[in-house]
Amino acid sequence: MLAYTLKRLLVAIPTLLGVLTIVFFLVRVAPGDPAIVILGENATQVAIDQLREQLGLNKPLMEQYFSFIGAIAQGDFGRSMISNQPVLTEVLRVLPYTLELTAASLIIGIVLGLPLGVIAARYRNTWIDFSIRFFSLLGLSFPAFISAILLLLAFAIELRWFPVIGEAAYADPVQRLRALILPSLNLGLIMVAYITRVTRSSMLTVISEDYIRTARAKGVPARMVIWRHTLRNALIPIVTVIGLYLGVLIGNSVLTEMVFNRPGLGKLIVIALNARDYTTLQAMLVIYAFFIVLANLITDLLYGVIDPKVRHQ
Amino acid sequence: MSDTLNSPLQPVLSVENITTEFRINGAWHPAVRDLSFSVKPNETLAIVGESGCGKSITALSVMRLISKTQGRISSGSIRLQGRDLLACSEREMEAIRGDAMSMIFQEPMTSLNPVMTIGDQIAESLRYHRGLSRRQANARALELLELVKIPSAPSRFKDYPHQFSGGMRQRVMIAMALACDPQLLLADEPTTALDVTIQVQILALLAELKERTGMAMVFITHNLGVVASIADRVAVMYGGRIIEEAPVEQLFDRPTHPYTEALLRSMPRVDRDRSELHPIPGQVPPITVRTPGCRYADRCPLRIERCIREVPPLAPVGGNPHHTARCWVRADLPVQESIAS
Amino acid sequence: MSAIAAETRLSRLGRLMWRRKAASVGAIVTLLVIVSAILAPWLAPYDPNEQNILLNLAPPSDEYLLGNDTYGRDILSRILWGGRVSLFVGVSSIAIAMIVGGLLGIIAGYVGGRTDRVIMAVMDVLLSFPSLVMGLLVVAVLGPTLTNLIIAIAFTAIAPFARIARAPTMAVKQRDFVEAGRALGFSDLRIMLVHILPNIMDEILVLASLWLATAIRTEASLSFIGLGVRPPTATWGGMIRDGFENMLDAPWLVLFPSLAILIIMVALNLLGDGLRDATDPKLRHE
Repeated sequence: MLAYTLKRLLVAIPTLLGVLTIVFFLVRVAPGDPAIVILGENATQVAIDQLREQLGLNKPLMEQYFSFIGAIAQGDFGRSMISNQPVLTEVLRVLPYTLELTAASLIIGIVLGLPLGVIAARYRNTWIDFSIRFFSLLGLSFPAFISAILLLLAFAIELRWFPVIGEAAYADPVQRLRALILPSLNLGLIMVAYITRVTRSSMLTVISEDYIRTARAKGVPARMVIWRHTLRNALIPIVTVIGLYLGVLIGNSVLTEMVFNRPGLGKLIVIALNARDYTTLQAMLVIYAFFIVLANLITDLLYGVIDPKVRHQ
Repeated sequence: MSDTLNSPLQPVLSVENITTEFRINGAWHPAVRDLSFSVKPNETLAIVGESGCGKSITALSVMRLISKTQGRISSGSIRLQGRDLLACSEREMEAIRGDAMSMIFQEPMTSLNPVMTIGDQIAESLRYHRGLSRRQANARALELLELVKIPSAPSRFKDYPHQFSGGMRQRVMIAMALACDPQLLLADEPTTALDVTIQVQILALLAELKERTGMAMVFITHNLGVVASIADRVAVMYGGRIIEEAPVEQLFDRPTHPYTEALLRSMPRVDRDRSELHPIPGQVPPITVRTPGCRYADRCPLRIERCIREVPPLAPVGGNPHHTARCWVRADLPVQESIAS
Repeated sequence: MSAIAAETRLSRLGRLMWRRKAASVGAIVTLLVIVSAILAPWLAPYDPNEQNILLNLAPPSDEYLLGNDTYGRDILSRILWGGRVSLFVGVSSIAIAMIVGGLLGIIAGYVGGRTDRVIMAVMDVLLSFPSLVMGLLVVAVLGPTLTNLIIAIAFTAIAPFARIARAPTMAVKQRDFVEAGRALGFSDLRIMLVHILPNIMDEILVLASLWLATAIRTEASLSFIGLGVRPPTATWGGMIRDGFENMLDAPWLVLFPSLAILIIMVALNLLGDGLRDATDPKLRHE
């Protein structure tokens, strides 16, 4: 298992390098001189030169590239073009809000999605299955910002069950928890739709395997055949899909934070976008990609936990 | 081979006139028709036939493992030690499966759960059926592994199926099936997927375990060579029906149904040249094809007109009540008398 | 299998409904949306950009069926015109992703070796970006124009197409007719295009139908963030963005374009599911 873990870690390194490369060149193809973009058309040549010097834009491209990689390797994500604060400081400040949001919605997604998928598979082609599949389809169809707006309209504005609060109120833990409910429900329910769907189809594949027939021939009760024998084998594709949809979850968290006016990475990225703060954007894209690579790593390690064949490789 | 033919023991399993049907494109088609047989304690009945003859369906019907959405047992009765299995609820069946009767399957490579240790998989049925604690169940499971002669069993207890060879997996399957000392073991082609030397070992193991426990065994195979070495009695199936049934020596000495004859001729034997092998001409009719008469008629060299019109009953051969065949031409049937059907 | 509840007549009917009817409903609705988008100039009762300060935030009325927005523009007309943008961006970006990704996948699968490893490694890197954030950055860098929007969305969808094209290419490559083609001296390009492409086309098309929904959702999301086609061009996401500010006074500004997006999303998902089930050999005989 240790060797397997190390191997997975090593495989992640080229991917991370690729991520950095793409981000670096993507930002460099931006039309216009970043210094002019920041300072405005009317800036003096002296000011522009000074800023170019400061941002390292005068150096040859490859030198910029290597110093970029080197800096990131040391945890230096650069400074915001606007506030001149280290980007990492700002990111770390709002990261907990995004983490608690995504973690809560992932939990909602798994806690509701797995059983619903199992139930749909168990009662396949009955009205129970059809209703679960209908709601799953609906969840897959909702763009996150629309569902967020509808939740906001219904529960925060019409019913007034949940507060719409400003960032300052997040200091109070109770307020913070209440403010988490609607946004995490929004992201969570979309996650439920994805997980229900893959769980159902994966369960149906496993249910027709020979070893499920063996379990039934042993007299294992139907309920245990489903939960003990089938689900454990069905988990591998489910874990894969959860890993893959983490990217969707992150994208949706940006929209959700926007609609609910929540502090977090999403809001930070939208602000940076409007201010054309390329260093912040670049750093955040790298950080997001890091999270996804990390998630893939965790997914790979989970395979090892679930599937003894992977563990013994 | 034991002499159980004339023993007064009550049969462990008696199957009477069952018909199992499957739904194909909205219509029900019988895969097993009006089938009857029984097995006594310490007896091995072999059910022989080509693939598609309904032999596996027969075993799955006895286990009540036919998928409810696709198939049904539409008539007949299945009695295990006098208990009517077709009247049992699914829950009652769960209590019987793996306890009073169990089954082993053809594909040892795919029939074990890949994410559970083999120890857990054997101990599982002990915990459900015997209510043993984890420790007790594990101890018994280890004994079973030794019983089926898995080398260095204690160290392999926590291994996973993929760490075993096909033959070893089939031993694990046997250990699982025998965990609760069943009175009846259904073995569906348990050696077909294995190498010849492994086949011999597994057959010897099954024979030994049967002698030791006195259980009844239904052994399903397409291989008559295997039948000769393990069975007491043989039932030959074709097109969902038993077409001949006899004690094993009598079947080999005096094959009566033209299909049995053909099957024997198509079997490679040490005392004969390979050039004398005769594959059976023609095809097994698919179950969706309905015929009023004998299903072998269109491949049969002895066919008479009646064979196409009417299904022959199982009738004694040469006055021997233990040897029956379903053939208008060969069995003891009055030639002109029509059997009401 | 008795763990699965027995199938009753009614549920069988339901299953057939789901299988056939659902997919055909999806196809019909998709077609209607496409037709209404194409015919928007004739169907729309008003000029989508005609402002009327007197009708500012007017609720739905007999004259303006779905009400008016902040500038008094007719919401129905803007929804009809907005569909053009959504569908055009969606279809063109998926077409690009399909061609670029599909070709990369075929080349990777056909050539194999180092080429395969390099292409798939790059695809893995692309998959490491959350697609919305990736699209967001691409548009932000290139500038929010229709073309750039299409490029950005196409960019996010290339990797899945490369992956889906690669596996069957490797399988088809082993088959006799490809070997025969090579023995006859056909060029690799010809073998790839004439012999392999048609064999993997159905899988690519199924993926395209499912990704079309994703592309339209991404377009709407980018427009909502403010990175869509520039105003005053009507887009569904942009309309929701504008309406969001007046959500308390005039919820119809948000609700009707949302409904439009939901309808096309549900329709495309139904259609995609139906296509996938129809091409899945495991499900075909059910």
